[in-house]
Amino acid sequence: MSAYRDKDPRIHGIQSKIRVVPNFPKPGIMFQDITTLLLDPKAFKDTVDLFVERYKGKNISVVAGIEARGFIFGPPIALEIGAKFVPLRKPKKLPGRVISEEYELEYGRDCLEMHLGAVEPGEQALVVDDLIATGGTLCAAMKLLERVGADVVECACVIELPDLKGRERLNGKPLYVLLESH
Amino acid sequence: MFAAENGLKGDPRLQAISDAIRVVPHFPKQGIMFQDITTLLLDHKAFKHTIDIFVDRYRDMDISVIAGVEARGFMFGPSIALAIGAKFVPLRKPKKLPGEVISEAYELEYGTDCLEMHVGAVPPGERVIVIDDLVATGGTLSAAIRLLERVGAQVVECACVIGLPEVKGQRRLNGKPLYILVEPREIDGCC
Repeated sequence: MSAYRDKDPRIHGIQSKIRVVPNFPKPGIMFQDITTLLLDPKAFKDTVDLFVERYKGKNISVVAGIEARGFIFGPPIALEIGAKFVPLRKPKKLPGRVISEEYELEYGRDCLEMHLGAVEPGEQALVVDDLIATGGTLCAAMKLLERVGADVVECACVIELPDLKGRERLNGKPLYVLLESH
Repeated sequence: MFAAENGLKGDPRLQAISDAIRVVPHFPKQGIMFQDITTLLLDHKAFKHTIDIFVDRYRDMDISVIAGVEARGFMFGPSIALAIGAKFVPLRKPKKLPGEVISEAYELEYGTDCLEMHVGAVPPGERVIVIDDLVATGGTLSAAIRLLERVGAQVVECACVIGLPEVKGQRRLNGKPLYILVEPREIDGCC
């Protein structure tokens, strides 16, 4: 599901603010840079508003954001809808007791961690990141939340790269995005 | 300067914010009492108070940029920027920002690290607040100030939720004012 397809009038303004940086972090990758969106207060606000309008009043008590760009979009959404914000971090960043979920990269593996006790069983959760590519990171994020008994209602991203089929890696969980990039 | 000495003495929100912060002993290494703000983010009311206090302070100061230090500065900065109609500029560890960047090195206890900012993100003359969750020695914040001054921006203030005792003398902050909400928590009955 995407706001792009719903043709919300704010989408065009948001899309126009995202900068594509060729060959970053390596040759062949057209990097979708959201930092230019953050430089436009109206477009940034529209971005957050689109998510808030979708999730407010839906009994969502947890917004989990993926390090680091999920930390930019997640907290404003959490504050507006009255939810907790839970950071999902690279290894060894969170102090105290954590649970870890490994996931595969193109070459090698990485790991996402969440605090034990941050999320209670039965809580309704959103996972937020700036972009979904292959879906590997989002999948790991969902697993962390499910392992502690939370119910992941939806994954929410600003941008989807549909050609990488990340949507199919979400174990049937819905994905909501504002924009697609082919 | 602490918020309590600067207009917010006795404000119950400050106590709520302080109470919501968790202390984790011996992280990342022995002897460090780590001030963990993730528990503040789990307390919606206290998190909102934190943002509201900064927004109330900066809303009428003609601030056009909030610069947040990776990664915990990202958890506070954007909400403040959105509320006051300012840009948000992430200051990141090396090699994370795509495109053209400027870099500023700073000293750690052992070795050096580096902070980067996008070229062109902040035009000369813009009024900026730098935000992070905590200030200890001020090394990272000083690097942030230098980055912004190198592009001709005016750093009006540095804002942090927590300020360790080292900064009461305001050393190593290039003369820029510091605005801090709370002091570090102690653990009851510890050590």
